[in-house]
Amino acid sequence: MKYNIKDIIEAIKRLADNFDKINIMEVCGTHTANIQKYGIPSILPDNIRLISGPGCPVCVTSQEDISRAVSIADKDDVIFTCFGDMMRVPCGNKSLYSLREGGSDIRIVTSPMDALQISLENPQKQVVYFGIGFETTAPHTAALIEEAYKQNIKNISVLNSHKTMPPAITSLLKNKCGIDALLCPGHVAVITGSDAFSFIPEKLKLPAAIAGFEAYEILAAILSLLSMLKGNITECINMYPGAVTKTGNQTALKLINSVMEPCDAVWRGLGNIPNSGLKFRYKYAAFDASKRFKITKSISEEPNGCLCSQILRGENLPFDCKHFSINCTPDNPLGPCMVSSEGSCSAYYRYKTV
Amino acid sequence: MEHKITMSHGSGGEKYRELVQEIFLPAYCNEYLSPLTDSAILAGEGKIAMTTDSYVVKPLFFPGGNIGNMSVSGTVNDLAVSGALPKYISVGMIIEAGLEIKVLKRIVDSIADTAKKAGVKIVTGDTKVVESKSADGIFINTAGVGVFPSGRKIPSQKIKAGDKIIVSGCIASHGMAVMNARNNLGFLPPIESDAAPLGNLVSAIFKHDDYIVHAMRDPTRGGVAATLCEWVTSGTDIVIYQKSIPIRSDVSAACRLLGLDPLHIANEGVILFSVPENCANDVLSVLRKEEYGKYSAIIGEVREGSGTVSAITDFGSKTRIMMPKGEILPRIC
Repeated sequence: MKYNIKDIIEAIKRLADNFDKINIMEVCGTHTANIQKYGIPSILPDNIRLISGPGCPVCVTSQEDISRAVSIADKDDVIFTCFGDMMRVPCGNKSLYSLREGGSDIRIVTSPMDALQISLENPQKQVVYFGIGFETTAPHTAALIEEAYKQNIKNISVLNSHKTMPPAITSLLKNKCGIDALLCPGHVAVITGSDAFSFIPEKLKLPAAIAGFEAYEILAAILSLLSMLKGNITECINMYPGAVTKTGNQTALKLINSVMEPCDAVWRGLGNIPNSGLKFRYKYAAFDASKRFKITKSISEEPNGCLCSQILRGENLPFDCKHFSINCTPDNPLGPCMVSSEGSCSAYYRYKTV
Repeated sequence: MEHKITMSHGSGGEKYRELVQEIFLPAYCNEYLSPLTDSAILAGEGKIAMTTDSYVVKPLFFPGGNIGNMSVSGTVNDLAVSGALPKYISVGMIIEAGLEIKVLKRIVDSIADTAKKAGVKIVTGDTKVVESKSADGIFINTAGVGVFPSGRKIPSQKIKAGDKIIVSGCIASHGMAVMNARNNLGFLPPIESDAAPLGNLVSAIFKHDDYIVHAMRDPTRGGVAATLCEWVTSGTDIVIYQKSIPIRSDVSAACRLLGLDPLHIANEGVILFSVPENCANDVLSVLRKEEYGKYSAIIGEVREGSGTVSAITDFGSKTRIMMPKGEILPRIC
């Protein structure tokens, strides 16, 4: 079927007339970035509001985990590896970026397997990989650990800050918080399967649509949410069927399950959420960097007036923050939402709707 | 000759002369350089344009280019977009002891080759050697001089409402090529840089007396977005038609995967033009006949406004284009 994007927009406009105000939350960083990149708010009717939730892995990483990362990366015998957008997250007056400028060996990788390669090339150094992200990145970290275990590699470890999405959505939306419907993360659903999101209609009583990432896919998912709201239907619809199956990627899920198990985790903005994190199982505990290294704790406070926490809960928009685009810019971020290209503040900053 | 550069190659003594005689002169050879005088004496009259740029690139070689061809084309392009005809360049090198001579030779050959293509002569140079770990292999500075052939109108470099914005080729290739090579991102086949000297593109337009160019710029660091944001004035808006921006599919895919906006990514072989609407199609067809202008396209227009740069999609949505900030880092996948 060929989508005509203009027809979808017209249909959204017609349906929107049935409502006073609808708040749709997206919980995927790529959705947040693409919604701004494609200028979607500029063509939606005024009463349909898109609100970003805790979908950017960098943004929800707790200040304590950032502080652990900085403490480990600062050690002389360590090569610290992480994704690029973790580099600038501030930790007091430091960041991984500023440590690298000061001479620390911090390398940007795009796959955990790069860290394994670095550990093989540098047997005299301890290589640490900062594992962040949801069900999409956790299988890669699990594969790294399984491989390191098999090969008995002693000089690699992982600072594990992986999280899973369903407990966070439940924790955030159990009291609805003014959210009428949920745009579900396509990438996570590729791994977990669409069934993993059926708790949204069943337990939270909200309609949900799993969406792809092109403009027409996001808009088609919004249209399906509005149709459900109008018809009083509460279901989770898979609007990304080309990539998402009911049961997901079983190989990836088994891999996560064989290496990691659920644990409580602290999310920036949301606090401690039971069973929302992943820790290494006992067999692999030796690869846990937070146990391998002595960590100097330097928990820094959120900058005064920074609204990142409220923005991650969907309570505020980036424009509401007094620092936004004045003394908090991608060049000099005060909070994590301005750091990653998937963060709400960064996406709003880069593509300020005209 | 030894295999590696040593401190004595920078001492001014015998080793230094060996380097000049065996590596530099054979590659660069021309009547201005060969006498090896303290300065080159150049003929000329009227206004000249002069520019300089330093090149620190990691890795030194990347698909589609290397620090050598970049250091020539970058400087040549700065002259060309000023409206000048590039004529002469200098090449200053700071080399880290330990650099393999064969690597230096590859770089020097690439410099010579690019200079030839660009129609410029390397008229003076300098070489220093620093201790190991004091530099990243090699740093190059080039300065360039260009002349203004009689009758050539120097662009005001001020855009005007009613102008069309033309880009001379596919955008974002250089930045993504270097990022792919530097961070071992593993995009295969490797993304190729667009680094190229663009003097011919500009000359092709200036052959036509009646063509008017209000502004032209090579959008290197900061990409197309930075140039447009610098061009826009308090009385104008620039609107870009998102769908008409030429970009190679491999570059576009890499940008999407890494969460990067191609408008923010560096180019080394592309020029942006702001030309009056009535000659935009003529300029476009002239550009498209040139080797480095095949993929030229009209990508936007200048309107009366209040200083904003924005992009419109084919389905009517509009987003603001902002000046890029900070080092561009690939995001979590």
